[in-house]
Amino acid sequence: MSRDSVAGTFLVALVLCIVCSVLVSTAAVQLRPLRLANKERFQKKNILIAADMYDASKPINDLFANIESQVIDLETGRVVADGVLDTELFDQRAAAKDPNLSEAIPSDKDIAGIKRREKYARVYLVRENGALKKVILPIYGKGLWSTLYGFVALQDDLDTIAGLTFYEHKETPGLGGEVDNPRWKAKWVGKHLRGASGEIQIEVVKGQVVAGSPNENSQIDGLSGATITSRGVSNLVRYWMSDEAFGRYLKQLDTSATGGTDG
Amino acid sequence: MAKQSAKDIVLDPLFNKNPIALSVLGICSALAVTTKLETSIVMCLAVTAVLICSNALVSLIRAFIPGSIRMIVQMTIIASLVIVVDQVLQAFAYEVSTTLSVFVGLIITNCIVMGRAEAFAMQNPVGASMLDGLGNGLGYSVILLIVGFFRELLGSGKLLGFTVLTVQSEGGWYLPNGLMLLSPSAFFIIGFIIWAIRTWKPEQVEKGA
Repeated sequence: MSRDSVAGTFLVALVLCIVCSVLVSTAAVQLRPLRLANKERFQKKNILIAADMYDASKPINDLFANIESQVIDLETGRVVADGVLDTELFDQRAAAKDPNLSEAIPSDKDIAGIKRREKYARVYLVRENGALKKVILPIYGKGLWSTLYGFVALQDDLDTIAGLTFYEHKETPGLGGEVDNPRWKAKWVGKHLRGASGEIQIEVVKGQVVAGSPNENSQIDGLSGATITSRGVSNLVRYWMSDEAFGRYLKQLDTSATGGTDG
Repeated sequence: MAKQSAKDIVLDPLFNKNPIALSVLGICSALAVTTKLETSIVMCLAVTAVLICSNALVSLIRAFIPGSIRMIVQMTIIASLVIVVDQVLQAFAYEVSTTLSVFVGLIITNCIVMGRAEAFAMQNPVGASMLDGLGNGLGYSVILLIVGFFRELLGSGKLLGFTVLTVQSEGGWYLPNGLMLLSPSAFFIIGFIIWAIRTWKPEQVEKGA
């Protein structure tokens, strides 16, 4: 059988395909546990960073032992009852794309630019001696080029921001990519989500926050040269903290808190 | 093709026949991943590994590859290797692989890899083909590392994440050049490198230019 005959061509193509697919699938299967472990580690690290509990000298799993994870129903704001879904395996990123686990957002309310929102979300609670200290919520939304994924951590008054971090985005390095800059992220700490009347007021302003302005405590300096990314971050935080997303959960958490200073 | 010594095969692509500077191949990734030196280094390792392995495999089976599906065969081999490299990076260097994102997958479309398979590995024995892959990988790496070095240093005042020039926003004197963080700056730097190499070796200048 000659190399260039029809049968020879098919044979070479077939053998090559089998060899290559074995190679690729072996690599994928063999390395899968490592990849998943990395992903989980990276996720935990970012949660710890948002909560300002990350310490590079300690193992992540030890630090994470103090954090409790819950899956909540965004509609009711309550923890998902047993049997509704497998909370161990619940993957929020996948749920946002699953038609059964997500719902379309009316375009006038979709300020974060995400089109669909999952019905359930995984939240993280930090307790100290049983009392709630911090709650860490996943947030995401459109910037200029990409969807930014991150976490926001709130203090036990559920209004003061304890930290904010983005673990995945494709904004321009040096401009929109400065959302990763620790100095900018530090500006969020201590800001208040809501104004005196309980309305969401948190906002990234263009340029610098004017000292003494009425909403000073809910405003963050914009990133220079990154107007659209700044606006995107502002909108996505506002969206996820509003009653469209985590608002109901935060209210419910508020009332069920026992012996806290709030209320 | 005249018989080349092993040393020539490895060293020629560094400056004499540099795949980026002379043939202007592989520019896409040279722009995309060079804002930091660290990502440049990982990309260089990935491309070099793919080049060596793809050249070796193509050369190994070159006597069996039917002419009519030659390129598809090369493409299949390269694509499989790139997927494996991507998986390995995700397993052992997860955070770098998230910053490289799609560009690891795009090694498949890096013209250098296919170019060397077609131009060299199809005609040469396995050993020489691997050396050719190594040489071209190093040639690609030289340019990427130079570009990455200048972009990270001038764009953010750092090298491998360590502060070298303290930028003004952190109380230093250095005002970072924002252009260096955007893709066009890599064009400028590659342009300067090509200018430098062709001044040094005038025989690389195209006739009529």
